[in-house]
Amino acid sequence: MNRVTPDSWSDLRGMTAARIALGRSGGSLPTAELLDFGLAHARARDAVKAPFDVQKLLADLQSAGLSSLVLRSAVENRDDYLRRPDWGRRLSESSRQQLVATASLGPFDLCCAISDGLSSRATDHAIAVLAPLHVLLMSEGWRIAPIAVVPFGRVAIQDEIGEYLGATLSLMLLGERPGLGSPDSLGAYFVHHPRVGKSDADRNCVSNIRPAGLPPAAAVATLHYLLNAARTRGISGVTLKDERLLAARDPSTERARFRANP
Amino acid sequence: MNPSQQGTIVRESISGRGPPQCWQRRYRVCKFIMPQYRHSFGVRSFVFDDLKTLLAKAGPRRSGDELAGVAADSDEERMAARYALADVPLRTFLEDPVIPYEQDEVTRLICETHSRAAFQPVASLTVGQFREWLLSYDTDAVQLAGVAPGLTPEMVAAVSKLMRNQDLILVARKCQVTSRFRNTLGLPGRMAVRIQPNHPTDDPVAIAASILDGLCYGCGDAVIGINPATDNVDNTILLIRLIGDLIDRYEIPTQSCVLAHVTTSLRAMNQGAPVDLVFQSIAGTEAANTSFGVNLSLLAESQAAALSLKRGTVGDNVMYFETGQGSCLSAGAHHGVDQQTLEARAYAVARHFRPLLVNTVVGFIGPEYLYDGKQIIRAGLEDHFCAKLLGVPMGCDVCYTNHSEADQDDMDTLLSLLGMAGCNYIMGVPGADDIMLNYQSTSFHDIHFLRQSLGLRPAPEFEDWLLRNGIMNQDLQLQPVARGHRLLQSPHDRH
Repeated sequence: MNRVTPDSWSDLRGMTAARIALGRSGGSLPTAELLDFGLAHARARDAVKAPFDVQKLLADLQSAGLSSLVLRSAVENRDDYLRRPDWGRRLSESSRQQLVATASLGPFDLCCAISDGLSSRATDHAIAVLAPLHVLLMSEGWRIAPIAVVPFGRVAIQDEIGEYLGATLSLMLLGERPGLGSPDSLGAYFVHHPRVGKSDADRNCVSNIRPAGLPPAAAVATLHYLLNAARTRGISGVTLKDERLLAARDPSTERARFRANP
Repeated sequence: MNPSQQGTIVRESISGRGPPQCWQRRYRVCKFIMPQYRHSFGVRSFVFDDLKTLLAKAGPRRSGDELAGVAADSDEERMAARYALADVPLRTFLEDPVIPYEQDEVTRLICETHSRAAFQPVASLTVGQFREWLLSYDTDAVQLAGVAPGLTPEMVAAVSKLMRNQDLILVARKCQVTSRFRNTLGLPGRMAVRIQPNHPTDDPVAIAASILDGLCYGCGDAVIGINPATDNVDNTILLIRLIGDLIDRYEIPTQSCVLAHVTTSLRAMNQGAPVDLVFQSIAGTEAANTSFGVNLSLLAESQAAALSLKRGTVGDNVMYFETGQGSCLSAGAHHGVDQQTLEARAYAVARHFRPLLVNTVVGFIGPEYLYDGKQIIRAGLEDHFCAKLLGVPMGCDVCYTNHSEADQDDMDTLLSLLGMAGCNYIMGVPGADDIMLNYQSTSFHDIHFLRQSLGLRPAPEFEDWLLRNGIMNQDLQLQPVARGHRLLQSPHDRH
């Protein structure tokens, strides 16, 4: 009796990261695949629940030569963070006072914030993005505010941070919703002329930043390009496109690849 | 408890373009005096200011309603709302729309397409009596289909709030809503599967591999439908042709869809693309639909364009809609109405366009709207019930995200209950892991759990194809697909 019926098309597995050709027991998942899925889900759940080690990040920022400050959103715990996205978009009152004081160090072309968001593991990649980006922009004369570390922040909290600091652009790095194969995916969002009430259409996003996704170095190049374009043109959001990306992604070349390289 | 004060001031039409005559007569209206609803337990009295408040407070505990600030403050208040709601006459929902006629084209659609004749069998009932009517032995599929055009989303949402999960399953099971394009979906004892072969870069080779995997697992009768990572016309046409070539080559009795924005599909059709189904995400308010970049006339335009292609062979249901509780609140367009009632209103939009497929993407939106497995399971059953009662060919994306308190066991539970409830179709995602949208749904394997445990068969035309191609046998068991099988000669032997 065959406990597992393998799939004869398992060579197709090399063509995609999707879970294809898993084989079956009857019509159900073989035990090895059942466990593999369970492990991926466990890692994703752990990524959501893992506490954000703020002190470690602050030390890493300092080692990279970046000055920083810690802000608080209106959220105090993980459960509230998940239930109340509106609280995660607002700063605490004491953080507002703190920013008023920091603003006096300005003016700033750019302010940056880091939050654990939905994956504190993703913040492990934050330094690899921010440190080289910081060097590039400083060499071009950008005035950059101290890096704000904001536990339990949502993307739109960048509006209030940027508004208090009077920055031209506000950049936020935060942990994205973990996928099964990507528990450590970092997202980067920026908005020009940050003000409370900006919509998602006003933001640009560079997503899936992680070694196995968009590598940090590639994210730095993209952000460097986009931030300069945003500053020069005075815009952000749907009207600001990554023209380099469009040129590289011509569907006709993909069509050709499908025909030529099955 | 009856509503204690029904306003009786006739509202004059200010613009001259007021409610149509049938509503002017009935909508005597008046919310200058708010009709209040009350219920007392002994000395404790609960007052609900209007119908939408009553509906919201009568719903089961739900994180999205708490986020919106419309949920009951206590379990006792929730039950008081249910007592009061049970005594509300169904007619009240025609007289007192939860979102004003003047402000919302979805309300106008609901009103203007309401059939008074179809409503007659239940016109004298309260919400509580309507529940009993639905559960009665005498109420069968024919009667339920007959009454559907007389029901409004608010009526079915209201009765669902009084119903237990088993009621939602039993009544939905009695409803039969079939739809046709190249096969017949929604027949009793059958459940179809959408192959969802998404890929983060829309890589055609990777997508084709996932499609073949699904076909070899006997899936794909609902649709082979790709959520594109990049929503533009060229990419959409490329993917439509990719699926279309497979369907033609293997003569598969199914349909293709690229789930791009409706305007993208329109442009693709204008460029001569072989579009089977037009997809759009829709919601239950005009403002939420505006945030999606659509309105009723745009949907009508796209439906007409798809119909003109005449690509269906056994029917002309050409629309595919996805919905989900919380989308209106997420768009800041909820008008203080609870998310489940708003979701039911989306089905009024859907049914107007005679869709082939409609499914709620029930757990996708996240824990701020549906917190955990319990809330997702309940919402999935409500959505399926409300849609079926309104006459919508309902399926379900049984799913969750990794920041929800849910796992694959919860999905198995909802999947089983929807199998019992006669759900038209589910999703088939390779290994239940969507590597583009980063959430977990149901897999090609999952449908075989239902085929084996509940005897649910594929769509008849597709079942014939599976049998002819040796993919599945008469006992609904998968057959080994050998390397030389003609399905597996693609894409290797192409060109």
